[in-house]
Amino acid sequence: MPIVWLFLIVIAISAVGYVLGRSRALHSAGGDSRNLHSLPTFYGANVALKALIPAFGLLIAWLLLQPLYVNSQVSGMIPDTAIKEGSSRSLVMAEVRRTADGLNNAVSQGLLTEIEAANPNADNAEVTRILKEAGQVVTSDITQPVLLAAQKHRVMNTTGYSIMSVVIILAALAGTGISWWQTHAEYRARNVVEQGVRALLLAAASIAVLTTIGIVLSLVFNTWEFFKLYPASDFFFGTTWAPSFSGRGGASDLGIIPLLWGTFYISLVALLVAVPIGLFAAIYLSEYASPRVRSIAKPLLEVLAGIPTIVYGLFALLTVGPLLLDVFGDGGLGWMKAGTAVMTAGLVMGIMLIPFVSSLSDDIINAVPQAMRDGSYGLGATQSETIRQVVLPAALPGIVGAILLAASRAIGETMIVVLGAGAAARLSLNPFEAMTTVTAKIVSQLTGDADFASPEALVAFALGMTLFILTLGLNIFALYIVRKYREQYE
Amino acid sequence: MNDMTRVERAVDSKDIKINAKQVQVYYGDTHAIKDVDVEIEDKTVTAFIGPSGCGKSTFLRCLNRMNDTIDICRVQGDILLDGEDIYDKRVDPVQLRAKVGMVFQKPNPFPKSIYDNVAYGPRIHGLAKNKAELDEIVEKSLRRGAIWDEVKDRLDAPGTGLSGGQQQRLCIARAVATEPEVLLMDEPCSALDPIATAQVEELIDELRSRYSVVIVTHSMQQAARVSQKTAFFHLGNLVEFGETGQIFTNPEDPRTESYITGRIG
Repeated sequence: MPIVWLFLIVIAISAVGYVLGRSRALHSAGGDSRNLHSLPTFYGANVALKALIPAFGLLIAWLLLQPLYVNSQVSGMIPDTAIKEGSSRSLVMAEVRRTADGLNNAVSQGLLTEIEAANPNADNAEVTRILKEAGQVVTSDITQPVLLAAQKHRVMNTTGYSIMSVVIILAALAGTGISWWQTHAEYRARNVVEQGVRALLLAAASIAVLTTIGIVLSLVFNTWEFFKLYPASDFFFGTTWAPSFSGRGGASDLGIIPLLWGTFYISLVALLVAVPIGLFAAIYLSEYASPRVRSIAKPLLEVLAGIPTIVYGLFALLTVGPLLLDVFGDGGLGWMKAGTAVMTAGLVMGIMLIPFVSSLSDDIINAVPQAMRDGSYGLGATQSETIRQVVLPAALPGIVGAILLAASRAIGETMIVVLGAGAAARLSLNPFEAMTTVTAKIVSQLTGDADFASPEALVAFALGMTLFILTLGLNIFALYIVRKYREQYE
Repeated sequence: MNDMTRVERAVDSKDIKINAKQVQVYYGDTHAIKDVDVEIEDKTVTAFIGPSGCGKSTFLRCLNRMNDTIDICRVQGDILLDGEDIYDKRVDPVQLRAKVGMVFQKPNPFPKSIYDNVAYGPRIHGLAKNKAELDEIVEKSLRRGAIWDEVKDRLDAPGTGLSGGQQQRLCIARAVATEPEVLLMDEPCSALDPIATAQVEELIDELRSRYSVVIVTHSMQQAARVSQKTAFFHLGNLVEFGETGQIFTNPEDPRTESYITGRIG
């Protein structure tokens, strides 16, 4: 039975449970809802929730665990001799899964009957041909152990899913039945539903947190793998970045310093552009602009934040780069060799960051109490004196927080760098030279054709981990400052 | 304007600090202040009393053009400070506010040190030639604000760390530091406890020897305690204006009597 159907059936059961629970509660109160502990809808919701939650919980757990169980069972069927030189058990298992999927497709398209699909003595070449016809990608001819394993895989999965359907429908029915039986006028359905709502919100919050932990763990394990293959001191203190894709290990220089320098330099240029412009724009919008201008200008400025970074990258590559080359290139001052440079990427990234700085700073400046401004005006200060000496100092911690958030955004930016700054890892002070950043190199290391177990590919995780720790530190620092500021006016 | 009134004004201006004539204030379409005539004397405490929303704070904010910061507010009529129209085009509202200082309802020290709070006005207006003079101004102002003894050992501490009553006296010291001629106070004690209120009231009485003080208050006892002149506002009109003793013991207008005996308000 397809999962969608199962899903709909469980929902239908809980809908029926809702109606039943509601009417039973009303009936037990003699038809007068004033005699009930809770509103009738709470009794309905109580039954519906108790049907839904155990059934769906079980469904998710089953869907996660069944493939693990089937794999471990089927994996034992493949003899070590069936694993070719240079291959691995996990690759063969992938082949088994593809074959099992192919058999399923072939059966559903009518190319094979159930009996043929389960036939252990079927001709391997014939099966391969039929699977290809059914649209399944099969890399090579299917061997006898793979076919047997695939058939077993298929059978186990099919029976597993059938049992699952029955168990889940039973669970939904049991939940409905028990909670229906519990329902009477004194039952505190409202409190139970309240608990349910609380659990739902808690689940949403924990998914976000758990995902973060999962991401960190995946980074940590792969980083660990990398440091087993490549010395950590060379990685952190090496001043050359020269991965080799032909020689495996050893021949590559994977020093992070040129990349960190590029990241830092480009972010610095970006912040030098974004912070003054963003801050001045925020001051204008919050202190000088009339409500009409503000209501038009602020959303327009925030449109900048909605432009995808790849579009900024194109802007850097096609407009800003050539423009800078005209002025600073060989035709002009002669400092610049090509359109891709730190300056190009930094300028465009700065433009991208303007709305971050301006929008956050604007909110923070607005949060400075009007009493501060009145106090300053009342002493005969002008508007700019008031802003410079009272409003900005009061808002400074918040503005610093906004700038740090923009900085962590700049450090993590990739597309603009790929298109605007070039791909050469270089340690140089000249902002008109091409450089590259950590993020851009992560992309190029993982999109190459390097073996996934080689240090050239695994270095991406070490780079990602370093970047993650850097931006995490910046974010924590920014949040700390913002929070400290918030306490000031409460 | 004939010669007669001009002569009269020259005589009056010796003790009349602010002379408001036929003042109208509009917030958008709302007519908030109607035909108000008040003469505020020098070295006197004048109290504005009246129920909430009667326009007394609005009128107070006209006296140093704080209403200019509100876009929809319009002021008509004449308000003369020492015989000069403060709404004249040649008058710089920023300079005016240095001359007519203001203390607000809620203590609003800047998030700076106590010293910098008081030195703020003198620095902006360049009243001190050097650090020593500035120190002197700060000390003098804090003494006039009756808070010097409490803060002299911690001038570098943030002004926001003081208690409510201390903060309000700091704000008064801050206003005094720019050497104003008139001090406007908008319910200066409404956020303070009775002890702090008593201290501020005592201070107001001392300030009378140097400045003309105008105070808006909701407390009729406070008006009776600190002021020599009282103006009663009701629904945007100035109902009655006169000696404080006269207003509280023998009011002419029945509305004044109703208000001070607690029947309206």
